Amino acid sequence: MTDVAHDHASSTGISNVKLGMWAFLGSECLLFGGLISTYMLYRGRVSGGPRPSQIFDIPFTSVSSFVLLMSSLTMVLAVSAAHKEDDRKTNLWLTVTALLGATFVGGQVYEFTAFYKEGLGFSTSLFGSSFYTLTGFHGVHVTVGIIMLMSLVGILKRSSVPGKKAEVVEMIGLYWHFVDIVWIIIFTLVYLIPV
Amino acid sequence: MTTNTAETKQEHGMSDAGYIRIAIILAAITGLEVSTYYVDFGVLFLPALLIMMVIKFVMVVSYFMHLKFDNKIFSFLFYAGLVLAVGVYAAFLATFKFFIQ
Amino acid sequence: MAIIERPAPTVPAIVTPTSTYGLLKRPVSTTGWRSWVFTVDHKKLGIMYAATAMFFFIVGGVEALLIRLQLAAPNGKVLNADLYNQMFTMHATTMVFLFVMPMAAGFANYFVPLQIGARDVAFPRLNAFGFWAFLFGGIFLNLAWFLGGAADGGWFMYAPNSGPVFSPSHGVDFWALGLQITGIASLTGAINLIITVLNMRAPGMTLMKMPIFTWMITVVQFLLLFAVPVITVALFLLSFQRNFGAQFFDVAAGADPLLWQHLFWIFGHPEVYILILPSFGIVSEVLPVFSRKPLFGYPFVVFSGAAIGFVGWGVWAHHMFASGLGPVSVAVFSLTTMAIAVPTGVKIINWTLTMWGGKLWFTTAMKFAIGLIVLFTVGGLSGVTHAVAPSDTQQTDTYYIVAHFHYVLFGGAVLGIFSGFYYWWPKVFGKMLNEKIGSWNFWLMVIGLNMTFGPMHILGLQGQPRRMYQWTEARAGEGFFNLAFWNLVASIGSFILSVGILMFLINVVVTARNPKKAPLDPWNARSLEWMTSNPPKEHNFDVIPTVHHLDEFFHQKFEEDEATHTMKQVRTAEEIMAEQERNADKHIHMPSPSYWPIVLAFGLPIITFGLIYSHLISVVGGVIVLFAAYGWALESSTAPDSDFETNTPGTGLDKVGANHD
Repeated sequence: MTDVAHDHASSTGISNVKLGMWAFLGSECLLFGGLISTYMLYRGRVSGGPRPSQIFDIPFTSVSSFVLLMSSLTMVLAVSAAHKEDDRKTNLWLTVTALLGATFVGGQVYEFTAFYKEGLGFSTSLFGSSFYTLTGFHGVHVTVGIIMLMSLVGILKRSSVPGKKAEVVEMIGLYWHFVDIVWIIIFTLVYLIPV
Repeated sequence: MTTNTAETKQEHGMSDAGYIRIAIILAAITGLEVSTYYVDFGVLFLPALLIMMVIKFVMVVSYFMHLKFDNKIFSFLFYAGLVLAVGVYAAFLATFKFFIQ
Repeated sequence: MAIIERPAPTVPAIVTPTSTYGLLKRPVSTTGWRSWVFTVDHKKLGIMYAATAMFFFIVGGVEALLIRLQLAAPNGKVLNADLYNQMFTMHATTMVFLFVMPMAAGFANYFVPLQIGARDVAFPRLNAFGFWAFLFGGIFLNLAWFLGGAADGGWFMYAPNSGPVFSPSHGVDFWALGLQITGIASLTGAINLIITVLNMRAPGMTLMKMPIFTWMITVVQFLLLFAVPVITVALFLLSFQRNFGAQFFDVAAGADPLLWQHLFWIFGHPEVYILILPSFGIVSEVLPVFSRKPLFGYPFVVFSGAAIGFVGWGVWAHHMFASGLGPVSVAVFSLTTMAIAVPTGVKIINWTLTMWGGKLWFTTAMKFAIGLIVLFTVGGLSGVTHAVAPSDTQQTDTYYIVAHFHYVLFGGAVLGIFSGFYYWWPKVFGKMLNEKIGSWNFWLMVIGLNMTFGPMHILGLQGQPRRMYQWTEARAGEGFFNLAFWNLVASIGSFILSVGILMFLINVVVTARNPKKAPLDPWNARSLEWMTSNPPKEHNFDVIPTVHHLDEFFHQKFEEDEATHTMKQVRTAEEIMAEQERNADKHIHMPSPSYWPIVLAFGLPIITFGLIYSHLISVVGGVIVLFAAYGWALESSTAPDSDFETNTPGTGLDKVGANHD
């Protein structure tokens, strides 16, 4: 922290919003850390309900993980286009990102339904409670991201966004990538590493 | 706050092709990760998965989120939270004897 | 808000909104209640934080008095067991979350921008949102009193006692969801203040030239930033268990109740530093001013504060020594806990050496600061006895613990806050608090708190458990250490303490009625917040100061005499002020008021209310939040230049204002 701002007369010269977003993401690390730790502690406690290895469909989840990973690429392309002030491409990539995100959430809804039919409810076991809480929180984050992306597309079309357009796109991009890296961790720790 | 435009251009110096290259590498690692489900990696299984997870994480953070090119203070804010989270929760799980099951 | 045209800074600026944002045009009132409710001014919000916190302080204080009344004599009949449980739970929750934290937020809001030479905070609307979320969260928490009973599981709400079986009323639901809302307030406040400190400092103010209060507040905000999400997780798990049938703390299903304890204390221990460090910052400002010396070892105070913040993350399990953690965990956390006493001791030494050889001026603010040093040390020493695990096992859940944390929280945090009241009152309200009443205020509080909390050491070591709603004559024991005598002393003490606090409220009224204005620089102070008028103008500084020294204001007033190597006064505060006014900046655009912070915050308790009673209500709350979020996003923080109307008062103002009732 001490190496900041010594060279600058008044401040760091960077955007408040961007600093704020990174501070928020730092804070989110402890939120998801807590949820992931709770899951790790409880993943083996199934109370007679299904075990993780019995219900996880690794090929299916791999595909939806891949979709979310690629949405990070389309997001970064949207940011890149926004910096070049190419509105058409910005809108295009934002929309694609939102669609990929929606595909992921759709996959999650399908997955939850399938698990529920196989006997894993929210109250079935500690595994069930902690699994649905962790992945549900992530899903809510993705959904909020989709809403922001779609709103941004609408706002950009009317070009009534206050402040710098490219920065707004970049901020939502940071949030989106964060949601993606959380899933990178969940995919490995929850799905790929068996109990 | 005003952003120095000249600096900003440089910060986002990566080209779209560069991003696509990163995405291809990420996809390849994901493929490798998924392959551990089908192929037996033996003792390497757990460390390999964790290392690949960390590589993917760092790549997205460094390139897609520009942390590698941006002001160090962003890295400080984010990694302070991340390191604290990993440290505290690892200690938390250790008190439950999680790592010596 | 708005433009300030020289040379008439007192004329209210006029903004005529040209476009709508979401559905509503911007609020424009500069007077009346609207100028407070829709304000984004950090000074107004600071006052609102402090006033609300003071209200909750009184609420929590009345709860404490009821507890002491109940325990004053054997077989207390004031409260029944159930109500007693609610009383101590809400007393602690109120004092921690609704008094000390927001009071510190009030001080931080008001003084951090002034101390770093800024005109406002980084995110003015987020700042306003934080206040409203805190207020609504606090009200929501206390609603439970009227809707079937408040939370009754102790402020740490240990599982499985917090589950629906043992706590069937909605109290715990209100508690968990209410704290979730105040948590959002703390998180947004933390982000706002961190970015303000990182990014808005006046030219020349490097981190090591920042006033110490700002430094301590910065450490606190980092603690909040990283600790709040942990309690958020814990509270979500609890709410999901109670409202949606999750099993997280259901022992029958194989759950581990220690999960809650860990999550709570991973948050809870940084939290105790969140409570105390702002007061450390306040006394570190007060002591040098009234000792006529610079703070001894400024870098040590800074780094010990940062060290406390860092090590504070590695000590949480010392709250759980009696829970069967195992010898390794206990040994590790015992050692880290002893280690954290070191930076705290460094601070005590620095304060003592600041006073050493100084020309001490015993104002009320100084008395409170010295009171903090002495009484916090007492509490700190009993804290070290908890670090020794075998001794802690004896003390766990006794009144000895209650004695300890009241010495550090009342003797530490609260005395620091009162020191801040007396020191900064002339800055905020332009009038000096009465020193004579202040003296009564101080001595009654110190006598009262020692009488209340001192005997609790004895009670605890004699074995009186915490949270016990009655004690009986038969078990009180005999001789000097009998419980009856010391319980009575503590109860009498609590009323003396209350009279002391009443003195402060009387002082506020007496001061408000006194027409005498405070001098510009009543204490011959050292830091930037004193380099402007009392109270400060809306834009804080006519000219943004350029900083060359730690204690910049002092160095503007005093210069070293070459011959004698002593400091001699070269300029007065009035001269500095006059010079600033001559060179005042023109066209200062301050952030404009907004409806959205309060609307957005208002949606939150509606959502949580619906989670308890009917999910339909939650949907309504969600719609309000979404609506406000869009309005917020579409509105720029500062009104566009074209909206600022210069020198044509009256036009359109009344009409626009009337549209928004």
